[in-house]
Amino acid sequence: MSKVGIIGVGQSKFVRTYPGSVRELAFEGFKEAMQDAQIGVDAIDATVVCSAPEYDKQRSPAGVIAEYLGLNPQPTFYAESLCASSSTGLKLAYSLVKSGLHDVVMVLGFQIMSQLSSAESQERMGRGADIQWESPFGTMMPAYYAMHAQAHMAKYGTTLEDLAAVRVKAATYGPLNEKGVFRKQITMEQFEETEGFVGGPVASPLRGGDCCANADGSSCIIVASEDKAKALSSKPIWIKGLGSASAPVNMAGRDQLHGLAVAQQSAQQAYKMAGVTAQDIDVAEVHDCFTIAEIMAYENLGFAKPGEGAALIRSKETYKEGRIPVNVDGGLLSKGHPIGATGGSQIRTVVLQLRGEAGEIQVKDPAIGLVHNIGGVGLYGHVTILGRD
Amino acid sequence: MAKKEIDARFNKFGTVSFTDVTRVNDFIDYLEQGKLMGARCKTCGVKFFPPRADCYHSLDSDMEWFEVTGAGKLVSYSALKYAPSGFKADLPYTIALVDFGDFKVFGRIDGSVPSDALKVDMNMKAVVTETKNGQLTYTFQKA
Repeated sequence: MSKVGIIGVGQSKFVRTYPGSVRELAFEGFKEAMQDAQIGVDAIDATVVCSAPEYDKQRSPAGVIAEYLGLNPQPTFYAESLCASSSTGLKLAYSLVKSGLHDVVMVLGFQIMSQLSSAESQERMGRGADIQWESPFGTMMPAYYAMHAQAHMAKYGTTLEDLAAVRVKAATYGPLNEKGVFRKQITMEQFEETEGFVGGPVASPLRGGDCCANADGSSCIIVASEDKAKALSSKPIWIKGLGSASAPVNMAGRDQLHGLAVAQQSAQQAYKMAGVTAQDIDVAEVHDCFTIAEIMAYENLGFAKPGEGAALIRSKETYKEGRIPVNVDGGLLSKGHPIGATGGSQIRTVVLQLRGEAGEIQVKDPAIGLVHNIGGVGLYGHVTILGRD
Repeated sequence: MAKKEIDARFNKFGTVSFTDVTRVNDFIDYLEQGKLMGARCKTCGVKFFPPRADCYHSLDSDMEWFEVTGAGKLVSYSALKYAPSGFKADLPYTIALVDFGDFKVFGRIDGSVPSDALKVDMNMKAVVTETKNGQLTYTFQKA
């Protein structure tokens, strides 16, 4: 069976406020991926543009971005699944290539969030949930994930210190990532300062330090058929497994709040397709939009048994030198979370790791990597497994 | 209500409603009567909360209302220190999910229940009430 490879990866810096327009931001990730792949625009057969709507004024952004990047007259498509948009884009690109419709497909994720105030942004994110039956109560993303944290703590005895430990790990690597928005270290002591930015309450039990930062950013992944990948690239990384799932949008439809069913289901599919298990994963990027999300990811992906996610962070086995390094690029918590660009950025990190090009955050000789990207509050799930061979 | 007018009753739901027109607008009339209602498919008997107009099991749209009564278990909750735009005047408030067995209900904890009195798995009941800005809603109280 023919393989599908990744021949180029790129991302913009993730910043608080990008001093330019959507198309210009898109160019930054695009340029890096094109230089990485060492190809020209004529080599791209189609583009999938990915973002979450209503953060900027441009409707149907695929058109304007394809024009600006010189990708006319090739077809361009738009993919949306909130924070998982560019993983959805990757799955579409894989399908387009695997079907034989196109040989080389670009996945371009972006988001400009800084045009909105924080409260407006929370309102938009809240409307990614059930606007008829939940939004009228004043919901927002931190509060939904906080409900998951509360449920996880009640069921498994997970503590505030366990949550903080996830952020301390992310902030260990944030300073090393020149593309990240938050590049300072964070200590456990800062979580105890209840008036501070890190320790101050947001939505119980989550505090400021438990939440990732909004950011502006773009990411770009270039996917190619096996023949094209081998012809164009000396270092292709192969897409070995893809899993995806959806869950009821309203919390009332969920069987559990101490984990995300979409992550479990996506992981099972991806492991099966790749013919590997959780024990085979050498490096992972997980969707740590909030600290609790990383602990749930450990369990949902099988890195830890149910209820033992907190023990995994306490043991430091998810640090760079540990058994299963997770988010050693700082994760969403430190790198920042420009919604539509996030999945592509996670893919980029794992591709660089598998190539041995990750610099200061390089883990030791990884062969198989995993990306876990979640849209909404466990609404859309994607798990992607990449390999050197 | 006269047929010519748009039946926008649902814009009375919650502090800020993002929905005007829905085929389960009668939900609002029941709230006005102090009743929190779900919907049950008359064909296959499945209960839905939130209520819906259509059943994907039977493909019928023949639903009947049932009242949410008795006690459920608190699945989880979160007390908000910040709010999305449009909800700041309500702060502080606590959102929650309560499991009634056949169905779960998402909503807010009643303002009379202090958040330090909350515990996962405690018994809660749903009570119809008004928001601070005079809209219709329901909250969870200790059962």
